[in-house]
Amino acid sequence: MSLEFFIVTFVKIALLIFVLLTACAYSTYMERKILAYLQNRVGPSYAGPFGLLQPLADGLKLIFKEDIVPDRVERITFALAPVVSFIPAMLIFAVIPFSSEFDLFGLLPSPTEGVISDLSVGVLFIFAVTSLGVYGLVLAGWSSGSKYSLLGGIRSSAQMISYEVGYALSIVGVVLVANTLSLTEIVSLQSGSLFNWYIFKQPLGFMIYIVCAIAETNRAPFDLAEAESELVAGYHTEYSSMRFSMFFISEYANMLAVSAVAVTLFFGGWAGPFLPPIFWFLIKILAFMFVYIWLRATFPRFRYDQLMDFGWKVLFPLALFNIMLTAALEIL
Amino acid sequence: MNLDSVIFIISAAVTLFGAVMMIMQRNPVASVLYFILSLVAQAVLYVQLGALFVGAVLIIVYSGAILVLFLFVIMLLNLRGDEDLGAPSSPVSQLTKYVVSIGIIAEFAFVIWSTGFSSSIPTGIIAGASENFGSTEQVARLLFGRYLYPFELTSILLLAAIVGAVVIARKENGDEIESKAAAKTAADEVTG
Repeated sequence: MSLEFFIVTFVKIALLIFVLLTACAYSTYMERKILAYLQNRVGPSYAGPFGLLQPLADGLKLIFKEDIVPDRVERITFALAPVVSFIPAMLIFAVIPFSSEFDLFGLLPSPTEGVISDLSVGVLFIFAVTSLGVYGLVLAGWSSGSKYSLLGGIRSSAQMISYEVGYALSIVGVVLVANTLSLTEIVSLQSGSLFNWYIFKQPLGFMIYIVCAIAETNRAPFDLAEAESELVAGYHTEYSSMRFSMFFISEYANMLAVSAVAVTLFFGGWAGPFLPPIFWFLIKILAFMFVYIWLRATFPRFRYDQLMDFGWKVLFPLALFNIMLTAALEIL
Repeated sequence: MNLDSVIFIISAAVTLFGAVMMIMQRNPVASVLYFILSLVAQAVLYVQLGALFVGAVLIIVYSGAILVLFLFVIMLLNLRGDEDLGAPSSPVSQLTKYVVSIGIIAEFAFVIWSTGFSSSIPTGIIAGASENFGSTEQVARLLFGRYLYPFELTSILLLAAIVGAVVIARKENGDEIESKAAAKTAADEVTG
């Protein structure tokens, strides 16, 4: 472990955090703009050209809001919860390969891998980090000392535990085909031709993945945890100011993370012709984010019992079937 | 002192700190949180020993599934720190408690003493191991080859526990309890 390794890794981490936070901010802009057009409105358009400075204005507004801590909260846990929900979303990007080898336009002394850490158990790392994501919501719901928060927290934790099963099992199919747990190898196995993408070998697995990913991130039509007509705002009802915005950022960071995992596992990662790899990676993620927003604009919310039934009685058996099918095809 | 020792000392200290704080807390939620801290630090220790798979599984199964369920139950019962959690225990159970804990400490001390300390802290355990020690492939070979029988027996035991939980929950008759049982199945599926 040389000094160069430390510096290069530090630069990569710093760049990634910067890009990720900016992307989170602009995802809100993208969401508002696309939702607006889908509903025949114009969306944010006053701050800057095409409303492009709107995320900045929102951020400033949130920083200057009063930070209200209600009387009956468990203070330490209450303060901890937004951070706990934010960190796992960031951690996932530590193992996502975002580019081929690069040298940052000659700024780095030698070409470096386009991933912060090429873990040999990258897929397991994703499972581990995803499974920690639920704590933020649970702790926020519990520590707020409010019934709406508690109900929202319980709902979301039950939902996330249930859908994590399908999420993990759908990825197992890819692992069976690829015969490796390293994400860098999974990407390189998919390069070359469009038809090497694992979505063509694992169509069922991909469909289960995308449904579970939306449920995991608590997005519409699975946003039961913050069903405003029943629970005010669910687990973050009592939060205000920067703490509220951390939940907001972590929601978008989570969306970006599951999109990045989907791109890596099913859509060939950074592989693509003509353009530099990093652009392909970003384009594919943007496409996923668009699908997310599109779904939100299109589908009404599920009922809670429907959500649980769907997770356990449809997705879970389907995912098991997919694994058996894949394993059988691999042996033949 | 190289980087390995620094990481080892930090994570070992955090592991012990978390474990001690876990049993010292009155508030059950705080206990669970310290338990998680301890587990994450333990996972770091495993990773440092080259057992990446075991480290990852420790987080996935314990921190990600089982402790979420602990929190879940604590939340549903709405336990707070200031509540009294039951009557004071009898002298017999007091005695058993101390005998068992002293016995365990003595056992650990004996095991550690008999292996003997090597001078370098973390590398001493790795040195004798083969190239792909602790890799997913090797663990899988052992689990589905040599130890297949105990492994399957354990799953049957877990299955029996799940069925038992569902039966008990049915008697009490409540939707949340059913979903708890469902969530427990989820945890065990991840394990199995």
